[in-house]
Amino acid sequence: MKFVNFLSASAIPLIIILIIIYGLKEKKKVFDIFLDGAKEGIQIVVALFPTLLGIFLAVGLLRNSGILDFIIGIISPVTNLLKIPSQILPLAMLRPISGSGSMGVAIDIMKQYGVDTLIGKIASTIMGSTETTFYTIAIYTACVKVKKIRFVLAAALLADLAGMITSVIICQIMS
Amino acid sequence: MLNIIWPIFIIISIIYALFSGNIENVSNGIFESAESAVSLTLTFFGTLCLWNGIIEIAKQTTLMQKLAKLLRPLINFLFPEMKKNNEAYEEISMNIVANLLGLGNAATPLGLKAMKTMQKENPKKDTVSNSMAMFIVINTASIQLIPTNAIAIRSSLNSNSPSGIILQVWVATVVALTVGVTSTKILMKRF
Repeated sequence: MKFVNFLSASAIPLIIILIIIYGLKEKKKVFDIFLDGAKEGIQIVVALFPTLLGIFLAVGLLRNSGILDFIIGIISPVTNLLKIPSQILPLAMLRPISGSGSMGVAIDIMKQYGVDTLIGKIASTIMGSTETTFYTIAIYTACVKVKKIRFVLAAALLADLAGMITSVIICQIMS
Repeated sequence: MLNIIWPIFIIISIIYALFSGNIENVSNGIFESAESAVSLTLTFFGTLCLWNGIIEIAKQTTLMQKLAKLLRPLINFLFPEMKKNNEAYEEISMNIVANLLGLGNAATPLGLKAMKTMQKENPKKDTVSNSMAMFIVINTASIQLIPTNAIAIRSSLNSNSPSGIILQVWVATVVALTVGVTSTKILMKRF
């Protein structure tokens, strides 16, 4: 477990040093490039804010009105059977559909139940290990005007499901 | 999609609150959610810009091409039809490397280019070819080495260990990818 923690903790610093040394080796102006990238980051954050605002409003309403607890109560027999904490269900359902939307929901879950709790970790793991499946399929097929996608949606959603179930199991094992 | 889901969430919540007596709660929560969106965006700002800056350095070096070479055996296995097509091969491997490095902005244009190149060899223009199907499924799995967004969210929420989920993410990603690739390989023979 100690090694695992070390690996987790050192992954980011190691990647940063690797990239910077590589940049120096190829005689790039690393600081100037860093600034350009960071500037681009500003645009990403600014673009994200309105979505976050909208999602927080909708998810806040769902929770404060009590309807989320009501829905969770209805489906909990199924999720209990699969050992999935029902609190992460809204995330699991929204994840393949909307990237920024699911990010808003994930943040909401982590704030509500604690970022370092089991539920918080599962939500983080789901966010890190899955993609916005519908969006990806849509743009990749639209750009070549392909209409028949055969089994692609089924295979992609199956992979999402496997990733989510694994997220739940692995977080339970490693907590 | 959110144009449908978002109003439904709001409407059913408010109607439910009216009947369940939670309407005061709901009313108070509306402006709280606006406030928390602001505070979160502010904390999010630093981590996201920082990572974007680091990644930009990687983009400007030959690191991506080097990594693409390492992936050769894997890509040969996944895209047997593309062995002879150098152009598609290059674009596919660069897309996968960009994904691995978390370069979403770079991965998508490369991916779209790869799709167009593969479409040229596709006998049925309105249907995805085997290679295209595999390529899309891989792109719907998140294969980045460092889940930067998840880590950024965690650190902005004052986690004790923002990167403490990296290993869990790797395991979940590998399982998801394996399931995606395996089911694609099986399904492409039947459908």
